[in-house]
Amino acid sequence: MIDAAKFKPKTVYVTYIAATPEKVWRALTDPAFTRQYFFGFSVDVEPRAGGRFRLLWPDGRLHVSGEVAEWTPPRRLAVTWLVEGMRDFGELPRCLVSYDVIASGDAVRVTMTESHSWDVPRDLLKGGEMGWPKILSGLKSLLETGKPLVTAHEAPPPELVAAVKRAIAEKPWLKA
Amino acid sequence: MSEKPKFVYVTYIRTTPEKLWAALTDPATIKKFWFGINADSDFKQGSPWRLIFEDGRVADTGEILEAVSGKRLVIRWRNEFKPELKAEGWSRCTMEIEMADYYPDFGGKAVRLTILHELEGEGAKFIEAVSGGWPKVLSNLKSLLETGDVAFQKQDQR
Repeated sequence: MIDAAKFKPKTVYVTYIAATPEKVWRALTDPAFTRQYFFGFSVDVEPRAGGRFRLLWPDGRLHVSGEVAEWTPPRRLAVTWLVEGMRDFGELPRCLVSYDVIASGDAVRVTMTESHSWDVPRDLLKGGEMGWPKILSGLKSLLETGKPLVTAHEAPPPELVAAVKRAIAEKPWLKA
Repeated sequence: MSEKPKFVYVTYIRTTPEKLWAALTDPATIKKFWFGINADSDFKQGSPWRLIFEDGRVADTGEILEAVSGKRLVIRWRNEFKPELKAEGWSRCTMEIEMADYYPDFGGKAVRLTILHELEGEGAKFIEAVSGGWPKVLSNLKSLLETGDVAFQKQDQR
């Protein structure tokens, strides 16, 4: 079981989409959709708490692995998240990514929350801070226009790479 | 050294810098994506700037600090309609427009809009309020530019 309580929210991104919660849920969990807005990744998720969660490159290589912490369609999806497809990142502790989907006025509010179980340095959050606005802008465009808006998956900035190296050398999450 | 209270939001929009600039500085367009608010300004550097509710109450006042067409709009900004927010004083809102990179096989154009809203002094309530408001306004702006219509007209009571 995943102890969600030990994860603290660090990055939150909110967007409002002219869609239904069911359509947003499908776009979050169906690879035919994620390929069009999530840097080309296919989502592979077992539809139950405790199930497997993965993001795969178009050629099938693993990018992100995790476990479903909460599966409550169409309201809330939470998964643990480990970037295995990038050098060194796979040695970090898993984080928790959740999507809350709720009707708001005549739109749907989607809240993405990236939470961490340790005192993660600011530079380490930059990957998510760069990526989530692109991903969720693309999700909104796809659902509202039927056409993807796919921005480039940028290489991690040097300060992020340095923060990852420092973190896996010092492993601050092991200290009490 | 403590950082100033601030809110940052980034959105990617399928449009051009010129069209995005026009939307951010045209009162008729602002009214559409900003839930009926009336923007009273000519959006020139040094000009006064106000947001006025449909019922005539003044929501916010300030001044255009910088206006670089298609690139950057900076507004000195103070809330006027909620005493606890007005008490926190002046803020500075920077809207930055940049071209974004793409996967070439998808083609098309997109721009990145970054909103940085910082309080000049201390306090948490003003930034908390704009943190709730900006995602709604900017979601509507993106929808309007991409689809010709806003995402939603109604919003929860502010």
